[in-house]
Amino acid sequence: MRSGFRGRSSPHRPASDPARVTAPPLALALDGISKRFEAVNALHEVSLRVEAGTVHALLGENGAGKTTLMHVAFGMVSPDAGLVHVHGRRVELRSPADAIANGLGMVHQHFSLVPTMTVAENLALGGHGLLRAHTMTDTVRRIADQTGFALEPRALVEDLAVGAQQRVEIAKALARDAQILILDEPTAVLTPAEADDLLHWIRDFADAGNAVVLITHKLNEAMAFADHVTVLRQGHVVHDAPAAQASASELTSAMIGRNAQTRHPPTSPGAPPGETAFVARNVSVRDEQGVMRLHDASLVVREGEILGVAGVEASGQRELLRALAGRVQVATGTVTRPTRVGFVPEDRHRDAVLLDRSLTENVALREAGRRRGRMPWLALRERTERLMREFDVRAPATDAPMRSLSGGNQQKLVLGREIDPESGIAPATGSPEPVGLVVESPTRGLDVLATAEVHARLRAARDAGAAIVLYSSDLDEVLSLANRILVVHAGTVREVSMDRDAVGRAMIGA
Amino acid sequence: MTSALTPFLAATIRTATPLALAALGEMLVERTGIINIGLEGAVLAGAFGALAGATAGGVAGGYAGAMLGGLVVGALFAWGVLILRADQIITGMALTLFSAGATGTLYRAWYGTSGAALHAPTSGPRSIPILTSIPVVGEALFHQPVITYFTYLLTPVLAWWMYRTHSGLALRAIGERPDAAEAAGIHVARTRAHAVLVGGLLGGLAGGTLVLAQAGTFVENMSAGRGFIALAIVVLGRWRPFGVALGALLFGAASALQYAFQAMGWNAPYQLFLAAPYLLTLAALAGAMGRTRAPAALGRPL
Amino acid sequence: MLRDSRALRVLIVAIGTIAALTSAIALLLLVGGYDVVRALDALWTGSVGSWYAVTSATLVRAIPLMLTGCAVAVAFRAGVFNIGAEGQLLAGGAAAAAIALAFPDTGRVTLLAALLAGILAGGAWAGIAALLRERFGVQEVISTIMLNFIALYGVSLLVRGMLQEPTHAYPQSSTIAEAVRLTRLPGAGRLHTGILIALAIALLMGWLFRNSAAGFRLMAVGESPAAAMSAGMIDVHRTRTMAFVTSGALAGLAGAIEVLGVTYALYEDLSPGYGYTAIAVALLAGLDPWRVMFTSLLFGALEAGAGAMQRDAGVPSTLVAMIEALLILGVVAAQAVRRRRTTHAHVDDAGLEPTT
Repeated sequence: MRSGFRGRSSPHRPASDPARVTAPPLALALDGISKRFEAVNALHEVSLRVEAGTVHALLGENGAGKTTLMHVAFGMVSPDAGLVHVHGRRVELRSPADAIANGLGMVHQHFSLVPTMTVAENLALGGHGLLRAHTMTDTVRRIADQTGFALEPRALVEDLAVGAQQRVEIAKALARDAQILILDEPTAVLTPAEADDLLHWIRDFADAGNAVVLITHKLNEAMAFADHVTVLRQGHVVHDAPAAQASASELTSAMIGRNAQTRHPPTSPGAPPGETAFVARNVSVRDEQGVMRLHDASLVVREGEILGVAGVEASGQRELLRALAGRVQVATGTVTRPTRVGFVPEDRHRDAVLLDRSLTENVALREAGRRRGRMPWLALRERTERLMREFDVRAPATDAPMRSLSGGNQQKLVLGREIDPESGIAPATGSPEPVGLVVESPTRGLDVLATAEVHARLRAARDAGAAIVLYSSDLDEVLSLANRILVVHAGTVREVSMDRDAVGRAMIGA
Repeated sequence: MTSALTPFLAATIRTATPLALAALGEMLVERTGIINIGLEGAVLAGAFGALAGATAGGVAGGYAGAMLGGLVVGALFAWGVLILRADQIITGMALTLFSAGATGTLYRAWYGTSGAALHAPTSGPRSIPILTSIPVVGEALFHQPVITYFTYLLTPVLAWWMYRTHSGLALRAIGERPDAAEAAGIHVARTRAHAVLVGGLLGGLAGGTLVLAQAGTFVENMSAGRGFIALAIVVLGRWRPFGVALGALLFGAASALQYAFQAMGWNAPYQLFLAAPYLLTLAALAGAMGRTRAPAALGRPL
Repeated sequence: MLRDSRALRVLIVAIGTIAALTSAIALLLLVGGYDVVRALDALWTGSVGSWYAVTSATLVRAIPLMLTGCAVAVAFRAGVFNIGAEGQLLAGGAAAAAIALAFPDTGRVTLLAALLAGILAGGAWAGIAALLRERFGVQEVISTIMLNFIALYGVSLLVRGMLQEPTHAYPQSSTIAEAVRLTRLPGAGRLHTGILIALAIALLMGWLFRNSAAGFRLMAVGESPAAAMSAGMIDVHRTRTMAFVTSGALAGLAGAIEVLGVTYALYEDLSPGYGYTAIAVALLAGLDPWRVMFTSLLFGALEAGAGAMQRDAGVPSTLVAMIEALLILGVVAAQAVRRRRTTHAHVDDAGLEPTT
């Protein structure tokens, strides 16, 4: 009995079934789509042909243009050039409403649900006329039967677990009779078991005659569940063939190009860890709404090691990281930390930088709360220049606005600012202080080059003696960087061996 | 005691009517995630529009002019905030100042610089036959100008619309998660524009009420902060139609109290009564704020 | 070379602004059917047409505008929408008048005490709104406007009650003794030493914004409270409260200076809306106190000229209020347009989605 799913629908029938004689019209055809954002070519004459009854994987690294392409298909972005055909008919998609009317549905990466409304209300969004309670409930039941999902009409979305929310997101698309379903990185927020269930469901949905576009950067998913694979790199189609015909290494080199290094080289052990830097004893932390998210957590992090933190979304890792970094008060327990702890938050734009200010001002932001007297702008400018050199940040000058840098360069500067032991106020004592660093999803949204650079910096910082706490929703990233793994589940922490299965099980509390 | 209650209730309703109109309009706007500080400007523009309209075409012309005045301010706000993507607070503030300057200028230019009282035709109270016989409240509630009856009807109509139609659901969704609404096929920008225009219209109507159903004349800056008080009433009423109407009644009652006190012979300085609505607003906001939850997207940059 | 082009750019913007302003006024006058030439002439003469106009009409008005402009700049920079400069000015004026009238014999000392009282009263008046914001989450836009009205009625009460002049004939206080007044500058009409205070404050504030840690924190909190807290470990609540109270103090000082240097008494119409004009002054100056020094001159001239325009050409002085509001809208629109143009993704690595 799988989590959240009830039974199965139609029997599996692969697309190469000889019983299918004539080729069906293409469910979705994108031809020659081009799109520029300001100075950047997001998409360059991209074509995508999706057949009904198939799962079509859209592979590529972060920033390759996959989401942009599907935003075009869903009417959220208008292309500069190119045509869209649905079931053989040319369509003009000016908004999601048009896309929905044409049988398209999209499951967004960060969900498009209204948290304060019920499941039934969310499914009813976008309709017309009068709201009738029994019609809404009937719709929920219908979709529940059709999909095998467990859906409670009156449940508030914000009370549901992430996996359940995703099922509501899918149900929303199906409530509008979507026959072409686009899913954007659907397994990113799921546990390995939930991801597996979902992918099987997608397979069944396609076999029932619908079309599925699966956006993912995970090779194994594409190869295991897709009929056809298209690879995008930097806005261009670099591979487009049935899934059976390509090998993993072919797809990998298509995704990242020949010159880049492979993802996630194995961990080099580095020097043995030194003194304790972070100590947490029986720490409990509340979130911003006052709900207790972390219960009685204890851990130790030493200088010269990376503690990897893994966990399903909203398990308490957010609160744990912020408590360790000193950004949030603990409800109970104690935290000992180095005098200065660098913090790289997940939402860089909101929590780490001042987008409209210069690079120097952003570097000056670190520890601005503790500074007294004058701002030493000359020294700050020099530090910014040094950080830009050491962390390879590409920008025209130190007074360029932060907003003008790419995501990768912004992240590198933030990392440099937080790692740099000379950042902040000079300590009173002459001896070198331990460097503490808490990092949250450091490579989210970065392309493979920038990701590799950030990883290299983290390793270098560790080798230089920093004590690092690292969280990422990408399990492989955590495993490749960490010396030890801590899993957070429902607010409790547990150290686990560096084994993918063990970690996966611990993440769901098994 | 009963004989004192009726005039008190009547005064309550009188004061509450323009506040309720303006607040109901702003409620719709804020439900889409936008704060219109320019509401005060819409009320004032409506008041002046009522004067101009009434001079030309009687009471009906007056109300038409009031709605037009409010609509103009609403349209300017929509243009600034939705098209130019300018800051909501500053744009609203600028519009309020602009409205004060424009209505003052036009008033002096068209009706003379002395500011002499002009007499616009006023709509007197109209009784509703059977309902006025209800003891105590009958006379107070159902012997009011037509605009008040309109407000009585507007409240449940808005409540029905917001909670029993898909378009009302869409409105509420936009104020919580505009991106989710957009992804569901709702036209967010268009709905917001409509809401802002309706909000301006109702604000103008509130101003029209001040001139046509109460003062019978226009005085510069006669809105006297009612638009801002309406903003507070939206919060007090928790962004729900009946709550907002109740909040307006509360304010009406507090203002009407001054007459009651004066009748009872309390000799407090009159400035205290003038300041009462503003003090009350502060107190109400302080009390209400912690316990309510605003639409999640309220005030966020668009 | 770079510095020259920057100065040139500033000059062009300044000239452009004035040109646009004049055109807008001329257009409105035309539409209103007024004698444009006569009105503009009156505007000119009333503001800068004579030495007397410059000192006693324009500069005298520029003083409270400079101070309240700085007040608004401090608050807005920290993300605090203090619309209450008007009420804070009144509070400061009332406090200064009270002290000045209570201790007329100790001349200069009283003057100093009165100025101080103005600062404290203005700060306290703003403090009420600050408390309401930080403790109860009350939006300061609404609370400060409410406090403006309350301050107005408070002054009304004082000048008809406690502070009323002895004959009880007029709603105003007694006249302040000469020894307690801000002296007029010789040969400069009604211009008084308050101008020196205003200039000093503006210079100081501008320097603090640019070079002090406190000024930096103010900016960070205004730009992004989340980043200020998370990356800068800044106490956002405290910074905002300090900004709010300082803002009120500056506005209170403006009120005190008005009472001690211009009106020599307290009455209801102490401020012709300086607190609201200050918003335009501050926004046009980009929230920079050094630029406020100039925009306050501009608006001082406008308001001085408005009075002359009404007297000599029959143009309602409220026209200028319209212009000021349009200026605010213009500034905000220009900012919005500029912000959209600088948003883009960099080309050299494949981070292709726009960074907003």
